[in-house]
Amino acid sequence: MEKSKTNSEPFWRTPLDYKDIKKRKGNVIILEDLCKGCGFCIEFCPTDSLEKSEKLNSKGYHPPVFNPENCTGCGFCERVCPEFAIITEKMEMEVK
Amino acid sequence: METKLKEQVKHPLSKWIREERWPHIWCSGCGIGIAMSSMLYAFEELSIDPKQVAIVSGIGCTGRVAGYVKVDSYHTTHGRPIPFAIGLKIAKPEMKVIVFSGDGDIVSIGGNHLIHAARRNFDMIVICVNNFNYGMTGGQFGPTTPHKAKTTTTPYGNFEYPFNLPYLAASAGATFVARWTVLHAYNLRQSMKKALKRAGFSFIEVISPCPTGFGRPNKIGEALDEMKYYKEKSIVKNGIDPKDAELSFHGGNIVVGEFIEVERPSYVDILKESVEEIKGGQK
Amino acid sequence: MSTKILTGTHYMLGDHACAEGAIAAGCKFFAGYPITPATEIAEWMSRRLPRFGGVYIQMEDELASMAAIIGASCGGLKSMTATSGPGLSLMLENIGLAVMMEVPCVIVNVQRGAPSTGLPTLVGQGDVMQAKWGSHGDYEIVAYAPASCQEMFDLTVEAFNTAEKYRIPVIILSDEAIGHLREKVVIPEETALKLVERKRPSVPPEEYLAYKTNGDLVPPMAIAGEGYFVHMTGLTHDERGYPDISGEAHEKLVRRLIDKIQKNKNDIIRFQEIETDDADILIVSYGITARSSLKAVQILRKEGIKAGLLRLITIWPFPYEKIEEYAKKVSKIVVAEINSGQVKGEVLKAIKSDLPVVGVHKLGGDLITPYEIIKKIKED
Repeated sequence: MEKSKTNSEPFWRTPLDYKDIKKRKGNVIILEDLCKGCGFCIEFCPTDSLEKSEKLNSKGYHPPVFNPENCTGCGFCERVCPEFAIITEKMEMEVK
Repeated sequence: METKLKEQVKHPLSKWIREERWPHIWCSGCGIGIAMSSMLYAFEELSIDPKQVAIVSGIGCTGRVAGYVKVDSYHTTHGRPIPFAIGLKIAKPEMKVIVFSGDGDIVSIGGNHLIHAARRNFDMIVICVNNFNYGMTGGQFGPTTPHKAKTTTTPYGNFEYPFNLPYLAASAGATFVARWTVLHAYNLRQSMKKALKRAGFSFIEVISPCPTGFGRPNKIGEALDEMKYYKEKSIVKNGIDPKDAELSFHGGNIVVGEFIEVERPSYVDILKESVEEIKGGQK
Repeated sequence: MSTKILTGTHYMLGDHACAEGAIAAGCKFFAGYPITPATEIAEWMSRRLPRFGGVYIQMEDELASMAAIIGASCGGLKSMTATSGPGLSLMLENIGLAVMMEVPCVIVNVQRGAPSTGLPTLVGQGDVMQAKWGSHGDYEIVAYAPASCQEMFDLTVEAFNTAEKYRIPVIILSDEAIGHLREKVVIPEETALKLVERKRPSVPPEEYLAYKTNGDLVPPMAIAGEGYFVHMTGLTHDERGYPDISGEAHEKLVRRLIDKIQKNKNDIIRFQEIETDDADILIVSYGITARSSLKAVQILRKEGIKAGLLRLITIWPFPYEKIEEYAKKVSKIVVAEINSGQVKGEVLKAIKSDLPVVGVHKLGGDLITPYEIIKKIKED
């Protein structure tokens, strides 16, 4: 299933309550000093919202940095982190 | 400044973790942390009372889980968590007893105990983290190491063939058998929840990368590369015969899924009935 | 089949008396594997234990049996297993685990001809050293040696009490001759038995430290499922129970485990002294051989030779001081045992002078007769 490029041009038949749908957003908090730089969260995020940062944590690894724009709060990064170093929150937002 | 603030935020699973021993000792990229967090999420989602859980582990990297989880936890001798758990469960039948240990511990030295506990359909959940080698001692081969793999004691490639763990557990009599990789974190959690809700012997094999002991000697690359391999090669086939649950690193697939889910009278159920009858002097 | 302890006078098999002793002591879990000559204990337990709400489970091997009884004890049940020499060899690693985790349990070893498969149906007393030093490392253990079917009952009850009091695995070093003997056994009323339960924590979980003692060297034991969230491990650990891999922690822990028994030696050691007050020759013996030794003492006394018997009821901890005390008074010590000199070695360790110590040994299979003991005494 392809992601639609902009939300105002859906490629399927428009549902009648389309304007009322709230799209979920998410927030990700990174416990940087616990990160061991395995890269799982960065690789497997479905919306590519995490990226390896340039900074080094106290262990010498590059923790990820979060880009909130496309995050849907799926929580996968939290589940696939072996270090318990990522926390996700689900937030709700209106879509224009 | 911002980082410090973030550090004060608590991970939702903190209540299950012995924080004075945190962070854990596992390598960067090791999947045991994912298996452990999947289990703890399963506890959270089922609102399980921490007082009613006991974790028994053996020796090895995976065996260290017992030391990090804040429930009654027992770190026993190599290969013997399963019979220990049998004694513990009989003493405390209302508790959920989970054996969380590695492939060497459960299948190699503990192999005999595995098949007998499965035969008895003894009420316990066995989570066997399979990283295809003996990690703690530096990466020797074991009964789950793929054919031709290189490890420190198979420098010319493994001559032997590995077990098919779901097949082994199922043929010994396990009533719930599943295999997932740590990449399938959601499915793993669902299977664990299922196992926690049922009686009888549940066996979940969790395939995990071990970059230090297995990945590097076999040129699989980093743990991330191994995880990408799982993503590419794994196929979910629920309900198939575990005999066909292929696990291949040489061009084949990694078949995952919940293979067996049957109902059979469990040991503790039968025991309860019999003891009642015998105590009443009926036998 | 009664659901009460068998109060009364019985003509009972030694193995059965041992099983009844366990039941009377409150044992609620037996995990074992059949082995001659201890099979009768397992069989009796499988019939009697469920009557008391206890559980008999036959494990796939002795390694599992030992692990299971430790698990059951961690869950709060008094637990026991019964085996013989080959089985004890398999249980050794987990005996070490029980010592390290400080878990009370009872292991009955009905000794037979050894080593290896040896003489499955014939007597031996060759596992004495194994009981003390079998598992790796330095540790202390308590081992009882019953010499009659009555003692099979009494000492099993006492073994459970000692195990609970000191949080250790206790070994009952019986032998095939006593195990398969039928004799009069008097079982008292349930109310007449003195039973000891393990010390439980007196503080709430937040303040509880799993291995902290208040000077008496035995920490209170929290069992699973009570909210104490214990962590027990076979690794060297600190007071919280968490692994602490350092020389310092190891020294502290293992020293306490040793002192736990050594400093309470006088409370634990038991022996019987027969006609030893004016004895000139002391016979040291235990188990079935003590009965032959007693007869030898009686015969020698009739002949005017001042012989006395020191019967060891606890072999471990060994009564070195008592032996040394006697060594100053007698002119010869004779050690009679069905092995090549395991207790004789300990007796020699205890004596500071060059007092003659004579051994009367058979290696297994046959009992030592009183006449053999007398002959050896008269030889030198």
